[in-house]
Amino acid sequence: MRDVWSLYSDKVMEHFKNPRNVGEIENPDGIGHVGNPVCGDIMELYIKVNDNTIVDAKFRTFGCGAAIATSSMVTEMVKGKSISEALEISNRAVAEALDGLPPIKMHCSVLAEEALKSAIEDYLAKSCPTKVA
Amino acid sequence: MRKIYLDYAATTPTHPEVVKAMLPYFTEAFGNPSSIYFYGQEAKGAIEEARDKVADLIGAQNEEIVFTSGGTEADNFALEGVAFAKESKGNHIITSSIEHHAVIETCKFLERRGFRVTYLPVDEYGLVAPDDVKRAITDKTILISVMQANNEVGTIEPIAEIGKIAREAGIYFHTDAVQTVGHIPVDVNGLGVDLLSISAHKLYGPKGVGALYIRKGTKLIPFMHGGEQERRRRASTENVPGIVGFSKAIELARQEMTEEAERLTYLRDQLIKGLLGRIDHIRLNGHPIKRLPNNVNISVDYVEGESMLLNLDLEGICASTGSACSSSSLEPSHVLVALGLSPELAHGSLRFSLGKWTTEEEIGQVLEVLPKIVAKLRAMSPLLKSH
Repeated sequence: MRDVWSLYSDKVMEHFKNPRNVGEIENPDGIGHVGNPVCGDIMELYIKVNDNTIVDAKFRTFGCGAAIATSSMVTEMVKGKSISEALEISNRAVAEALDGLPPIKMHCSVLAEEALKSAIEDYLAKSCPTKVA
Repeated sequence: MRKIYLDYAATTPTHPEVVKAMLPYFTEAFGNPSSIYFYGQEAKGAIEEARDKVADLIGAQNEEIVFTSGGTEADNFALEGVAFAKESKGNHIITSSIEHHAVIETCKFLERRGFRVTYLPVDEYGLVAPDDVKRAITDKTILISVMQANNEVGTIEPIAEIGKIAREAGIYFHTDAVQTVGHIPVDVNGLGVDLLSISAHKLYGPKGVGALYIRKGTKLIPFMHGGEQERRRRASTENVPGIVGFSKAIELARQEMTEEAERLTYLRDQLIKGLLGRIDHIRLNGHPIKRLPNNVNISVDYVEGESMLLNLDLEGICASTGSACSSSSLEPSHVLVALGLSPELAHGSLRFSLGKWTTEEEIGQVLEVLPKIVAKLRAMSPLLKSH
């Protein structure tokens, strides 16, 4: 018999046990809020943008192991990326970075992608008008 | 790491004495009970002895017990068997909204076949009101099915009262007693039931075997078609080792039940009191008193169940949750929703179910570990800061 039978990859468990970037950013440049309580997953993602580059990202998540791990991973992946690079991060890329997710948990990676997109949209909505002016 | 198993309501380890009793029936006493020679009759004798023991524990007659492949089959058998036997009399079935999936999904199947099903609501503790049963009865009602105790929240239903109503109305009454037989006293006559489902692996017996009690004279069509086993009610060569194991488990339960229920009730209340005392914003789900001796079900505000389970697993503690994050539907437990819990609270539920090998030290370990887990998860919860 195997010593450890786990639903998740070691990488998912590692991020679940020690999630990176937990918390809020004071005066964030963008906030993404996605998910709903019926599905049991709610993600909030905060980004700090400097010179079109995401310099910091943090999250708060109510959800399962996969939801917490994908939140942690997406905040890691996005740091140092330009806005256009960040917009290209797909849910599949997040899942792959975690060495895969069980099929029934793929929706968690979708949520992570949506949280990121929503934070970027919030940033763009806030920043673009001032840039134009 | 030493594991702490607190999911006895999901399944129990097979008792070593049960395994010992089963072993000869794989190799030495391997006969087919339908065969007339020695080996066959030896196996047949073992089955009839087992039938006596199961019948005896629930106050039934030997011939009123049909062995099945488990609780799910017993539930399917009872509902479909009655529905199809009585469809010329009526097409209405009454059940509760907190039944096990084996009953709920069978009802949904029957609905697709033209039957009408009333799913009775429950109160905040999970209790079905006998008056609601009475009011739901129509001249088309052919079956009432209400579980004796709920598998998730442990609430014990007023089965005897409902049985009286069913009897007066002349309607068959089925109860899923998978969580109760072998754990608390069950008497088919006292309860007034015509059909009752039992599963062996919930009482330290093997998986893959159970029984349906069928009161003498109850009309229902056979569940399996084929040979003449089980008085033509359930074809298929009998699972002899499984039935023998089931019988041994029943025998042990009979000896230990009273004392064990007392011991578990004490541990259960220790755990409930301890958790409510150590964690704020937490509630007990199910009835505080009309409750299985081994069931603890709580909802923790602001955190999701699976993430608590995973953290408990990392500490070697096995429990379960009504959060559906691990199922494909994503909807939380239908039982907790029926009790009126918000989706957040239903997703934040944890069930600990205690059993024969649960110790006070293990309960202490949970009380030590869980508050830390909750604090860690709350620190990252977006729900908390808005409160």
